[in-house]
Amino acid sequence: MSDKKKWLETSYRQSAERSSRFSTISDMELEPLYTPDDVAGSYDEALGHPGEFPYTRGVYGSMYRGRLWTMRQFAGFGLAEDTNARFHFLLGQGQDGLSTAFDMPTLMGYDADHERAQGEVGREGVAVSSIHDMLRLYDRIPLDRITTSMTVNCSASILLAMYLVVAERQGVSWDKVGGTIQNDMLKEFIAQKEWICPPRPSLRIVTDMIEFCARNAPRFHPVSISGYHIREAGSTAVQELAFTIADGICYVDEAVKRGLKVDDFAPRFSFFWNLHNDFLEEVAKLRAARRMWARIMRDRFGAKNPRSMMLRAHAQTAGASLTAQQPLNNVVRVALQAFAGVLGGVQSLHTNSMDETLALPTEQAVMVALRTQQVIAEETGVTNTVDPLGGSYAVEALTDRMEREAMQYIRQIDELGGMVHAIDIGFPQREIAEAAFHYQRQLEQGIKSVVGMNKYDVPEEIPIPTLKIDPAIEERQIQRVRKIKRERNSIAVKDALRQVSQACRSGANLMNPICEAVRRDATVGEICDIFRTEFGVYTDPGWI
Amino acid sequence: MADKRLRILVAKPGLDGHDRGAKIIARALRDGGFEVIYTGLHQTPEMIAEAAAQEDVDAVGLSILSGAHMTLFPEVIRLLKDKGAGDIAVFGGGIIPDDDAAKLKQLGVKQIFTPGASTEDIVKWVRDNVAPRQ
Repeated sequence: MSDKKKWLETSYRQSAERSSRFSTISDMELEPLYTPDDVAGSYDEALGHPGEFPYTRGVYGSMYRGRLWTMRQFAGFGLAEDTNARFHFLLGQGQDGLSTAFDMPTLMGYDADHERAQGEVGREGVAVSSIHDMLRLYDRIPLDRITTSMTVNCSASILLAMYLVVAERQGVSWDKVGGTIQNDMLKEFIAQKEWICPPRPSLRIVTDMIEFCARNAPRFHPVSISGYHIREAGSTAVQELAFTIADGICYVDEAVKRGLKVDDFAPRFSFFWNLHNDFLEEVAKLRAARRMWARIMRDRFGAKNPRSMMLRAHAQTAGASLTAQQPLNNVVRVALQAFAGVLGGVQSLHTNSMDETLALPTEQAVMVALRTQQVIAEETGVTNTVDPLGGSYAVEALTDRMEREAMQYIRQIDELGGMVHAIDIGFPQREIAEAAFHYQRQLEQGIKSVVGMNKYDVPEEIPIPTLKIDPAIEERQIQRVRKIKRERNSIAVKDALRQVSQACRSGANLMNPICEAVRRDATVGEICDIFRTEFGVYTDPGWI
Repeated sequence: MADKRLRILVAKPGLDGHDRGAKIIARALRDGGFEVIYTGLHQTPEMIAEAAAQEDVDAVGLSILSGAHMTLFPEVIRLLKDKGAGDIAVFGGGIIPDDDAAKLKQLGVKQIFTPGASTEDIVKWVRDNVAPRQ
């Protein structure tokens, strides 16, 4: 009998357990204790020192002793000048990178004056229809010094073109522009559900952008492979990990098929993770992700450059974990989630604001969220040691298990013929919906707790102030885009749009024609209309 | 007397892709014994009203998280009336502030569920408040 079994039957059993089953928020069952026997592999093989293969302990040797993570709060609402003011406020508060949220019409490729935009302009993010909005959005933001992340996917090619044209007009050459565009269409079909065309042409546009950035804007990250939305849609931590890495595999495959060498583009891939409530599970997920990607890049794709194997990640605390009830409690949730991110070794972090389950955040709520990161960075002391949780039996055992279970999913997806086919048949979508339903039932049965919601609720709550978006914004943006359409050189625009159509058909890289169309004041909606015409429109299969 | 099974259209208007709630509700209503039709994402009010009339449903549940509820809910109600289907019960859920919810109820939305509502509450509400259309 092993020591652990003996311990379980003697010391552990001396008192009754408070539950018959202990599991993570993803319902992964946990053992009462982890010991050296539960940790597989040698130190060098499974962990390695920080900054060394397989990067389990961190992608950089000195980690936060060298440089803290980038504090990057996602912001966007109203008109471009409203968001520009929020950007300057955040930079003034010690934030060091920007992250742009666009409104739903921009994200779905409609101009503000389109009927589908009705009621949505400037509501969930900033409204951008033309290059003029983009110029206002990044006014007095030097694009050679401030890096920006843009959360946009099916219309990402146009927003990237606009960003590069803003740089041109600031006199900044493209090789000096750093930033990230989310541009992860596979997870759109899996989870976030913002799309225009079917998966295959969507993937072609993504690959055009990867190729274009590798050749023309080498400091720009052309795709941020995102588990965040997969988790928000209700997946488990293992599903988030597995489907995201599988998406990454698909992008590498496509770029290689295009004739690019893996080490010419993979160093500019980045990842985006969710940080949920279950502390150890999240730390294990982040560590497992780095090890998996390193091994996959080296062994499956034959990468030679260590930077191709290093999974660098942004992370954001879990929006879906916030409660409308007793919203001040969200400050605590966010702090603990962010803490998991830091102990998991992320490179960049967004902390949600306490009021985000109610509305877009107020300035005060955003400040508390940013201060939360600053407290972790400058007061807790966890940044003074690299990977302080490394070697914890529980953390290492969970890291091993997450990798094992995620690799099972990846093998299953390979057997299905890859992620695009898996999406066609709804495999990841159904797995996530199943997990979301399972968790909801566990909540309603009281098996899982949400403080203030299904436990410790109070009848009378103290409301907190929320941000209101002025409905007049919509009309102003509509007038702006109509004015541009009236006053621009319509022949030049038509000609540029024709070039985009031709590239859609010929298979030539779309980015140069899109950049030219944007320079001539073609709008987001007009270019996306070409995608609709040339590639067709995807509709939701509506699986439940 | 055998009850006619209620037919519910679960609809997702707006441009956003937040369908976690809509899918959970659709499944819970189905498990609760109702016939459920789910529209899928990105529906216009016109598409929803058309589907409701064609499918001859007894109620429409709208899920909105994009902030466009004050535009989209009243539009669905108006279009249902236009199609002579104004007696279809409309309820909904999403991130909807209390004062907006009060206004929507005045405009004819029967009930608004906000984050934290349980699927049990919603199934019970439908059972107690939706009658088969005549």
